Amino acid sequence: MISAFFIFNQKGEVLISRLYRPDFKRSIADVFRIQVVSNSDVRSPIITLGSTSFFHVRVNNLFINIGKSYFGKVDEESVKNNFVLIYELIDEICDFGYPQNSEIDTLKTYITTESIVSTSAVAAEESSKITMQATGATNWRRGDVKYKKNEAFVDVVETVNLSMSAKGTILRADVDGHIQMRAYLSGTPECKFGLNDKLVIDKSEHGTSDAVELDDCRFHQCVRLHDFNSSRTISFIPPDGEFELMRYRSTSNVKLPLRIIPTVNEIGTSQVQYTITVKTNFDTKLSATNVVLRIPTPLNTTSVDCKVANGKAKYVPAENVVVWKLPRIQGGQECTFLGTAYLTSTTTRQVWARPPIDVDFQVLMFTASGLIVRFLKVFEKSSYQSIKWVRYLTKAEGTYQIRGAYVFCAVRAVLRVA
Amino acid sequence: MAQPGQDAKFFQRGKIEELRSELQAAEAKDKKFVKRKTVLKRIVANITMGNDMSPLFNDVVQCLGTPLLEIKKMVYLYLISYGRSRPNQIHLVIPYFLQDVNDRNPLIRALAIRTMSYIPIPVVTEALTENLRHCLKDRDAYVRKTAAICVAKLYAADPRKAEKGGFVEMLRDLMLDSNATVVANAVAALSEIGDRQDGVIFKLNLATANKLLHALEESSEWGQIYILDSLLRYVPERHADAEQMSERIIVQLQHANSAVVLTTIKALLYLMNYMEDRKLIEACCRKMGPPLVTLLSSGPEVQYVALRNILLIIQRRPAVLKNDVRVFFCKYNDPIYVKLAKLEIMYRLARVENASEVLAELQEYATEVDIDFVRKAVRSIGRLAIKVEPAADKSIEALLSLLETKVSYVVQEAIIVIKDIFRRYPGKYEGVIPTLCGHLDLIDEPESKAAMVWILGQYANRIDNADELLDVMLDGFLNEAVEVQLALLTAAVKLFIYKSGSESAKELVHKVLKWATEDVDNPDLRDRGFMYWRMLAINPSVAGEIVLAEKPPITTDSDRMDRGALDQLLLHTGTIGSIYHKNPETFIRNAVGKALIDSPALNANSRATLVALPRPQLPDMPIVVAGPGPQEPSAQRPDPPPAASISKPLPQPEEGEEGEEGEGEEQENGAESDHDDVPDPSKAGDPYSSLSDAFRDYLTDRPQPITSTSRQRHEDDDLLF
Repeated sequence: MISAFFIFNQKGEVLISRLYRPDFKRSIADVFRIQVVSNSDVRSPIITLGSTSFFHVRVNNLFINIGKSYFGKVDEESVKNNFVLIYELIDEICDFGYPQNSEIDTLKTYITTESIVSTSAVAAEESSKITMQATGATNWRRGDVKYKKNEAFVDVVETVNLSMSAKGTILRADVDGHIQMRAYLSGTPECKFGLNDKLVIDKSEHGTSDAVELDDCRFHQCVRLHDFNSSRTISFIPPDGEFELMRYRSTSNVKLPLRIIPTVNEIGTSQVQYTITVKTNFDTKLSATNVVLRIPTPLNTTSVDCKVANGKAKYVPAENVVVWKLPRIQGGQECTFLGTAYLTSTTTRQVWARPPIDVDFQVLMFTASGLIVRFLKVFEKSSYQSIKWVRYLTKAEGTYQIRGAYVFCAVRAVLRVA
Repeated sequence: MAQPGQDAKFFQRGKIEELRSELQAAEAKDKKFVKRKTVLKRIVANITMGNDMSPLFNDVVQCLGTPLLEIKKMVYLYLISYGRSRPNQIHLVIPYFLQDVNDRNPLIRALAIRTMSYIPIPVVTEALTENLRHCLKDRDAYVRKTAAICVAKLYAADPRKAEKGGFVEMLRDLMLDSNATVVANAVAALSEIGDRQDGVIFKLNLATANKLLHALEESSEWGQIYILDSLLRYVPERHADAEQMSERIIVQLQHANSAVVLTTIKALLYLMNYMEDRKLIEACCRKMGPPLVTLLSSGPEVQYVALRNILLIIQRRPAVLKNDVRVFFCKYNDPIYVKLAKLEIMYRLARVENASEVLAELQEYATEVDIDFVRKAVRSIGRLAIKVEPAADKSIEALLSLLETKVSYVVQEAIIVIKDIFRRYPGKYEGVIPTLCGHLDLIDEPESKAAMVWILGQYANRIDNADELLDVMLDGFLNEAVEVQLALLTAAVKLFIYKSGSESAKELVHKVLKWATEDVDNPDLRDRGFMYWRMLAINPSVAGEIVLAEKPPITTDSDRMDRGALDQLLLHTGTIGSIYHKNPETFIRNAVGKALIDSPALNANSRATLVALPRPQLPDMPIVVAGPGPQEPSAQRPDPPPAASISKPLPQPEEGEEGEEGEGEEQENGAESDHDDVPDPSKAGDPYSSLSDAFRDYLTDRPQPITSTSRQRHEDDDLLF
């Protein structure tokens, strides 16, 4: 259980402090500050001092979600600006260290940014409704939601993890996907969600080779897990507004949207030549956007000559990388980077760890796993018409890596004599 | 708060007097109470910054008359902070509390009891007990669920009073409430009480457990956690009961909340101990894997928690994740704690089928920057060679190429593991000894020195200039660490036995024996010195047989954790205990240990390794800590735990803790017969150090409470209490 909850800023000043248990004094915040916040070499997110264990997260996830929907963003300013509200929130979320309710929609009903005058009879009735919801079986949704236009947006967002060895063998390729839904639907709608026909969820079931296989999927608490387990249907009453319906992971038949072919040659100890080709691996109608390649250079690089036909490439000495930005690559297109890094003869003894080439990109209307939303049905008592929108996005952010294809033997031998 | 986002200005130090006069000024002419609100916000901001606002007690309490919920909440927040330190004035607030407890608005009723229960002062507790009884039966579920937690708080403040008041029984009744949230909170409160050393024992029977499972489907995510967790308090009597239950909860593995997933896994692992159906157990293992892997796509902190738990789980249930070693390959930008945890798992999952993949990865890591990580990678290469025989050739090759880097810590780690490889595959790899001897100058740490010395002594017959090399290492003998001294002593004797004709060997052994017996204070070293001396004097050939006796080849079995200890630790899956791989009672004061409980359905192996659980485990006396701090109320209560109406008492421990420990230690000594145990000075003052013997020489990079580790901070950290 949670005995105390603190929010610190970078300097270790307490922004929020809430002690849930009487066996704690506020001074533990100081202990934490000394041990963790001011310690530059923290090697674990969990630390135990005496009998107290601190679990710290640089940005608390749960909190950031709730925080976001209340006041836009969470940073030091917004925490300070809304501290009273935050105290109310954390008191509702957690009692005596036991988390109670973290559904944004419900919390909004009773922790409002408007003042409530407590004596009116209307308020009491209102409150009963609120408490019903907070403790009810569908505590994530109010019953009285109304929209003129009933719409539901479904975003399938996939993050591709790739780790490729220097020789081009794939060490690891998998997809972390999540289905984000924004439901603007009146009343208490019953939704049914359908994915690919050939969907294999339990790997032991052995589907055909072209089937989309999910290694694992996890659902928002609104999804009836028993229904899913027995008939593979995803049925639920959605929360109002935005939420993450589902999270899944796939490791088989992953379509890698971009192929990177690096060639790196040393010329003596003073130059390194790079030829890096990016090939697309998707339909010509689609395109990859915001493509950023980060190509590491040796620590003793003085300058890099870059030649690119597309995008812009620039050497960033502070990070020892060449950043090559491509705003857009059309399907079927191929881009090449030619570069030469000039090295000083070195006496530095710093170890260079051969970081990987890192690629960030986004591809709209493409899923690396092949997952497709077949249908989304909405049933409601008043049987209104609803409009549904589906978008797909595949992206990589610091997860698409091609390991150092090059061992600067000569340089390393010099560097390693430490 | 009509316009949120303007309150940062309140974060400046306020003077008590100033705030007081402002509050007083606000009493007159305060339209919509704006002024009061502003002052209260400043006060709350000051509390947050750690400034003492308690002198304002009377003035703040005056504001309770304001009919504004927001102000009420701030005043209550103030009371939670300072109520305890103002026992003489608290009676001023009681009337307000009593009024609120009977308010028509359920939110206010709940707020009132919640606040009251945070102020453990007799006057308040008195008032609370009266009203809590009604609130536990309130028609509004929100009030009931809040009241359930209040009982736990009341119990924490005054256990006997809560028992006399019949609150525990009322909680038990709430477990059958029609509302799932209320049920979940009642379970949470009962678990809290049951986890106290002096608390009522909380156990579930089949009927209640099934009812709770029914509520599981309707509970919120957090409620599900409390209910799943409580399943560990149910001891299945028949295999079928455990099997049915696991089938009911297994769907929760698909929940989006990581804590629900981990708690479900914990419950499943527990139930599996009582299951018989092989197929079902396998199915459970298979289904557990993917959700665990999915946890690894969360933030690094959650990943770390998942990894440490996975490490435990795969030792007990190797079928889980056995084909998934690739997901544990490190990413370049993983935080170091994630990398270290992944490395350990990679080693455990390594098998003949994937050994070459794993080895290639480890070689990659061995050239990274972080020293700890590199060392561990090198060590893992060696351990891989010992564990997976077909990979041994390649591993040795990899180690030799790492020696070429001439990086001191890489070389030292390599030598430590190569020594073990020699012992695992006698007569196979001794050809590399000359290469090792070429790196003597890079060795400066005790462990690697001792390893190198062992190699020199053991294979002195194959190394032409062994005497010269040993002689070099003998420089500064008296300043070496004990483990190096012991190794040198033995090596010198071995050398002499191999080369008894050599004059220099004779001289060398004589020198060392003289040092060991005359100039050294360490009794182990001295005793060993005398023993060798006499053996050599009486019968050198017998001495040779003894010192160079055939050694049993080593295996990696010993670095797996003891089965009983594992079973016990897995009861703590998803808690701090599972991250440190220590039972919570060993590092948290007042924590009560858990152990599997015997029943006809418990599988035979688990029963054989059952850990007896003494209760209470810690000495029942106040723990005296230097420095200021409140007394601990719980430590001074001599009352025995009363028999509870909801439960059967725990079975008495069949054998004492001591008996078991003794055995463990003996085994440990047996396993490491070659290099004698050196008492670890850091353990001397730690009363729990002996408990960790249950894990023997289980090797991990052990994250652990700072108290007993190398940092040597001991009591200082407890000052905060």
